[in-house]
Amino acid sequence: MNEHDVKFLEDSFKKYYFEHFDQIHVPKKTSEREFGYQKFNSGMIRHISIKDDKELHLLLMKNVPSDVYCSNAYYSFPNLPMNEKEWKEADMIFDIDSKDLHLDCRMSHTVSICGNCKTISEYSNQCKNCGSAKLDKKSLPCKNCIEGSKNEVNKLSEILIDDLGVDKNNISVYFSGNEGFHVYVYDSQFQNLGSRERSELADYILFKGVIPETFGMKKFKPERSLFPDLSEKGWRGRFSKEVFKTKTKRPKVVTELISAGYSQFQKYLETLSNQIGVRIDPNVTIDIHRIFRLPGSLNSKSGLTKLYCKNISRFEPYSEASLLSDEKVEVLAQCPVEFKLKNRKFGPYNNEVISVPTFAAVYMICKNLATVSQNVK
Amino acid sequence: MLALGQDEIAKYPFLADAGQYLKEQGFTLEQFGTDPDLAPLIEKAYNRIHAACEGDPQSYKSDIIENQVSNTAALPREVFSFLLSIVLLKLTGIPTLAKRFALSEAMRAESYLEKDLKNISNGSNELPIRIIEDLFSITIKKHDDFFVMPISDYIKHSVYFHEREWKLINRHVENGQVFLTPHQTVRLVRKELGTYITSKILTGKKPSMIPGFEKFVNNLLSYSKKFSVSVVSTGEYPPCIKHAIEVLEKGENLPHSGRFMLATFLLSKGQSVDQIAPLFKNAPDYNERVTIYQLNHLAGTSGSGTQYSCPSCEKLRTQSLCFAIPECDNIITPLQFGKRTK
Repeated sequence: MNEHDVKFLEDSFKKYYFEHFDQIHVPKKTSEREFGYQKFNSGMIRHISIKDDKELHLLLMKNVPSDVYCSNAYYSFPNLPMNEKEWKEADMIFDIDSKDLHLDCRMSHTVSICGNCKTISEYSNQCKNCGSAKLDKKSLPCKNCIEGSKNEVNKLSEILIDDLGVDKNNISVYFSGNEGFHVYVYDSQFQNLGSRERSELADYILFKGVIPETFGMKKFKPERSLFPDLSEKGWRGRFSKEVFKTKTKRPKVVTELISAGYSQFQKYLETLSNQIGVRIDPNVTIDIHRIFRLPGSLNSKSGLTKLYCKNISRFEPYSEASLLSDEKVEVLAQCPVEFKLKNRKFGPYNNEVISVPTFAAVYMICKNLATVSQNVK
Repeated sequence: MLALGQDEIAKYPFLADAGQYLKEQGFTLEQFGTDPDLAPLIEKAYNRIHAACEGDPQSYKSDIIENQVSNTAALPREVFSFLLSIVLLKLTGIPTLAKRFALSEAMRAESYLEKDLKNISNGSNELPIRIIEDLFSITIKKHDDFFVMPISDYIKHSVYFHEREWKLINRHVENGQVFLTPHQTVRLVRKELGTYITSKILTGKKPSMIPGFEKFVNNLLSYSKKFSVSVVSTGEYPPCIKHAIEVLEKGENLPHSGRFMLATFLLSKGQSVDQIAPLFKNAPDYNERVTIYQLNHLAGTSGSGTQYSCPSCEKLRTQSLCFAIPECDNIITPLQFGKRTK
């Protein structure tokens, strides 16, 4: 990213932070958390301790970071190197990203940027200009993507509450600031579990590693009575609803499953995992030393805010989380797909100088689809 | 220390405070070596160890019949034989014998624990529940025919199992709790039970020789030679393999994944099943027939014919079997260790 774009983004981010201190708070047990941040065009600075909101706001003003992070883990000495921190426990965090949902709409709102000649085009696997296959893909997610992610959040919440016994009040959902959600679980029985144990929880939520016997299918002489009922709780109940649909259809479907055989049933379960399992990113959940984007801070992939969602079903990320100013700015835009922010449509733009609100300009620059026009002159 | 009833102390003798028990019964260790009436108890203890190390616990004549001590006199006999076994093992000082004995005792206790769990009523707080709580920090409650425990407690133990049925997804989970049968509940803590009994034997200082015990200690010392393994380390083995061999040499339990790694590594290096099998001789649960069968299976000479390959370094890292050193730089499988490309 060139220095003019960096300056423009830094000015816009700084203005946001200055005007929205009320949005950005240090989390509970601040002194036990590790903080970190990144500046535009620069590497990660981590292993930082922050005392309170005042110190955090000072850091934001002084450094104008592109991204700010905070650990889900609690340490005795958060500012020491990793092996000296003394890990105590960690909140559980789930990452749901629309890119992992493999929705049909995705290609239609993804652009390709050639790593070789920088040509920007609609989704393709080969640069139309130089033929290079080294393409960077940038997605400008649509309403469908967000609805898909919301659906996964709801599935996850149901499992957390009904199966894992998490108190509803200890679950917080945040829009990630780009194309997904972060689900936080506080003060649960899982706080002091290590990575290996959390991987078991991730597999449970993903519906992975399941064996046919769990759903009543035996290798030899399968018994109809062992197959689950629709009234059952947990995965057996969810399996029944997905596979049998209704109580009346159950006998027929059970007959079909038994006659298809054990191996076929195993394969069927693997397919089913993509339908009924929750599409969380397991690597995030099992990482107990990770630092996560701080709620209220901006995401440098979009200029949108990582925002707490009070009501997920009504939440509109591309209007509610777009909190940068409306002040107009001229940019040279090469954005082959349309996108919507704050209920306004933008694009497509074909290498043209346009005047757009700061929030839209930042959005495109963050995705390398525009540059402030003074660069071009 | 848990308060124990008559039968309970015989079934779970490792829960008793040995010194305290002897004192309460009015005996000293020296009396067992010198008093001709008590001498058969040392022999009983010796047989108990021998049966355990042979992997044939049935050959030890227990005084517990159908989950109860056969008569009043049998109770102290049963407890003394356990306590004296520990004294003999301490005096012998051979970890392999201690580990094999501990595993066998753990399995014996496991069967009593399962029977006792089956017999308790809903909402009660009887000994088996308290044993599991006190020894393994698992809070369990009876719920109809099942025992329920917090998911976090379950996972902390189940992650060490390799069979997929132990994965949380394959369990009945509801409202933060896992539902298990008495058999599954007890199976969950088998490894820790063995570790607990081993710690009872290995911790504390070694007593000085007690007159009358020498013969049995010497017999055990010569018997233990049966389990000695002579391994010649070439120095070319990667640290993960060296570590696995060391663990086996010490008579400690190498997890299934570690045994798999070691066997597949050595097979890939061209060693034969017969050459590899003796390495496992020291494992607490060693069974020659089973070991040969499993090695043949890995070599592809039996079963499906698939020859299993050595796991990658990445997999070994997730299994906590990797002990990388600078010389491991850039290798992706232990088999590449020591090979350099110019």
